[in-house]
Amino acid sequence: MAEDGKEESVATDDESDHTAADGTGSLNNTMVEEGSTLLRRMEICVAEAEKRSGKNAVNMQETFTVYLIETRPMDAVVEGRNPAPDALWRRYSEFELLRNYLIVTYPYIVVPPLPEKRAEFVWHKLSADNMDPDFVERRRVGLENFLLRVASHPVLSNDQILYHFLTEEHGWKEVVYETGFQAKADSRLRALSATFRVRNPDKRFMEMKHYSDELQSHTSQLLRARARVADRLYGVYKVHGNYGRVFSEWSAIEKEMGDGLQSAGHHMDAYAASIDDILEEEEHYADQMKEYLFYAEALRLVSEHEPMMIFSLLWQSSVQKHELTQFELEMASQDLISKKQQREELATGIVRTLKLLEELIAEGEETVKEKTLECEEHVEKAWVDMQRFKEQKDKDLREALINYAVMQISMCKKGIQVWGNAKECFLKM
Amino acid sequence: MARQLRLSSPASASSLFNRLQLDDDLEADVRDLYASTETRDLFVTVDDPKKHVSTMETYITYRVSTKTTRIEFDLPEYCVRRRYQDFDWLRIKLEDSQPTHLIPPLPEKFVMKGVVDRFSEEFVETRMKALDKFLKRVADHPVLSFNPHLNAFLSVKDLNKRQGLALLTKVGESVKHVAGGYKLRARPAEFCAMGEYLDTFSQKLGTIDRIAQRILKEQSEYLTELREYGTVYSSWATSEEELQRPLEGVASCVKTCCGALEDQSESMSQDFLPVLREYVLYIESMKNVLRKRDQTQAEYEGRLEAAILRKQEDRTPMPVEVEKCQDKVECFNADLKADWERWQSNKRQDFKQLLTGMADRNINHYEKCQAAWESLITLLQDKQTEDKTSETN
Repeated sequence: MAEDGKEESVATDDESDHTAADGTGSLNNTMVEEGSTLLRRMEICVAEAEKRSGKNAVNMQETFTVYLIETRPMDAVVEGRNPAPDALWRRYSEFELLRNYLIVTYPYIVVPPLPEKRAEFVWHKLSADNMDPDFVERRRVGLENFLLRVASHPVLSNDQILYHFLTEEHGWKEVVYETGFQAKADSRLRALSATFRVRNPDKRFMEMKHYSDELQSHTSQLLRARARVADRLYGVYKVHGNYGRVFSEWSAIEKEMGDGLQSAGHHMDAYAASIDDILEEEEHYADQMKEYLFYAEALRLVSEHEPMMIFSLLWQSSVQKHELTQFELEMASQDLISKKQQREELATGIVRTLKLLEELIAEGEETVKEKTLECEEHVEKAWVDMQRFKEQKDKDLREALINYAVMQISMCKKGIQVWGNAKECFLKM
Repeated sequence: MARQLRLSSPASASSLFNRLQLDDDLEADVRDLYASTETRDLFVTVDDPKKHVSTMETYITYRVSTKTTRIEFDLPEYCVRRRYQDFDWLRIKLEDSQPTHLIPPLPEKFVMKGVVDRFSEEFVETRMKALDKFLKRVADHPVLSFNPHLNAFLSVKDLNKRQGLALLTKVGESVKHVAGGYKLRARPAEFCAMGEYLDTFSQKLGTIDRIAQRILKEQSEYLTELREYGTVYSSWATSEEELQRPLEGVASCVKTCCGALEDQSESMSQDFLPVLREYVLYIESMKNVLRKRDQTQAEYEGRLEAAILRKQEDRTPMPVEVEKCQDKVECFNADLKADWERWQSNKRQDFKQLLTGMADRNINHYEKCQAAWESLITLLQDKQTEDKTSETN
């Protein structure tokens, strides 16, 4: 993959008037794609967040946060002109809608995740409140990161709904619903494929699914463990603040030792206070990990898509031939009924199967032909995107680990400085 | 009695004190607390703990080595073995024979069996350091170091015979020489100040002890979580290819940091806390001496009052006992003041060393951690440039 300087300038973290998302650094390496992505033509950022009040769907008063999306044509920026950006406000639920649309419309693409809906993996001091300013700020950064990733994706960036999301404030929702994407969701098939396994699915996809499970498991373990570590470290630092107080009290009864003790006490206070900034910074690392926790879910969906498609094909053809019994036998041969729990699932599954069967018969033979073609195309596209994702992930996470190490070093240096200062004071006692 | 002792010792307290004035150049002698000018002529060390098993009991002895040019000693060098009981005997003898002086404290005598292992390396090591300190303080004291009991302690092969006792009954501190029932009228301001200082100081030390213990507890819990955290990276590494080495690198760094913190915690526990606690004992001793002084003064005032009344009645001259009491009070006050100054000076040195030690330990811990993370970055960034060059090819 060629990287040239021009690509680098596309990243918005060069712009001083935007607060760079921590993800944009890593985006430098992963944004380069063939073809013209949206991000090459348009500069995008999520500049601000504001609180709003309004009536919701059930006519109740609610408070929510809106985010300001600013866009500017890239050629204007490159030429040095500084036009005022176009801007519109969106709330989190609209981002969710956009993402759901993308997932359904491009089931073979690992769709970038949104920042978390509710604060999870919190350590005790962090607020789990969605209105907390720190949470809102981190969410703003996460939303910007999402848009940048989507707008630089070779496939997703060409989507019209995405373009409208960025440029048309009003009426966008209606346009999305009009695409009828929700019907395509075919959650019926999804529900069934979750219960039944497909014979001979593509080995590559099975490995991907397995990997997505691993990634999800490890990132969530990491986040949980990190939160516990942060909690404990907070305690260690804060207790040192007590030294500040006692040294100060002690210095009052001392003559020659007094000054040294008093000053040392101030340094102990500084030490105790320093943990707040340290842990705040570490949240950025946690956010990077969270992104990949959620990415794991997106990857899983894609890896399941292929077997699901084959499943639907099998099913369609069984239905067409009215060979329901044969179909049931095929299912049974997968050894499910040997286990009691799955026997029960099978029972409820069959009831659902019969219902859905009626619906799908109605869709007719055309659907089968369509689906076969679709299936073949999708499998190839999915494989390509999963490779792209893998490379992106390796680069992003490596950078995240480097940044983490840098943070640790900074913490050590601060510690050495404070204790060095305290030592100076002790020596003067 | 005090005055007699002063005459018989080759140097009065004040002149010896002047001679053995602690160097004010504290920087050079931060480590060697008791280094003074070249006039030091008695050096003692406690080391080499050994376990002794007999039919009756098991106990530890320590080697007590002495080097001296004093004529009060027959030989220039001695090497004897002593157990805790012997140190205890010495301390009691010193207290009895030098009631006006501040005797340094010993480490705790009784340890609950089953709670503390009296024969663990750690316990023995900590105790030995405290005994060494005790003996050095006594040897460094201008008056106490000339005490004949100390001489015996340092030189006699088999102390038991000299002691003449197998069983040691611990005599309660300071009860014997004080006549009971006298109430103190007015304590001189300087001794009031000393008392107040000791109370507050003791309180502050107690607080520091609690803080240190709390920190150790928090660190221990942090360490538990940190170890777990490190293993998460290791286990993730197993499902990755490109990221395997970076993730393992992080796991390894975290492990190093755990080790560094363990060392720091252990060191705090072994070096910091015992010294702190010893000072609390020291302060208790000092308070006792102040109380003794008060009682001596009270006795004098009581007798004086009684004598004055009698004089008024039957014109008898001032009894000798009253004069002796007055002497006693004056000696006590003088000795105590001298000892107080010396104690303050030593205290300053001790705490300077203690606290700088604490700072050093923390600096050391962070330095180790920083080094580990820095080498990881080098590793990770090398790989990055490797990748970049291979891509452009």
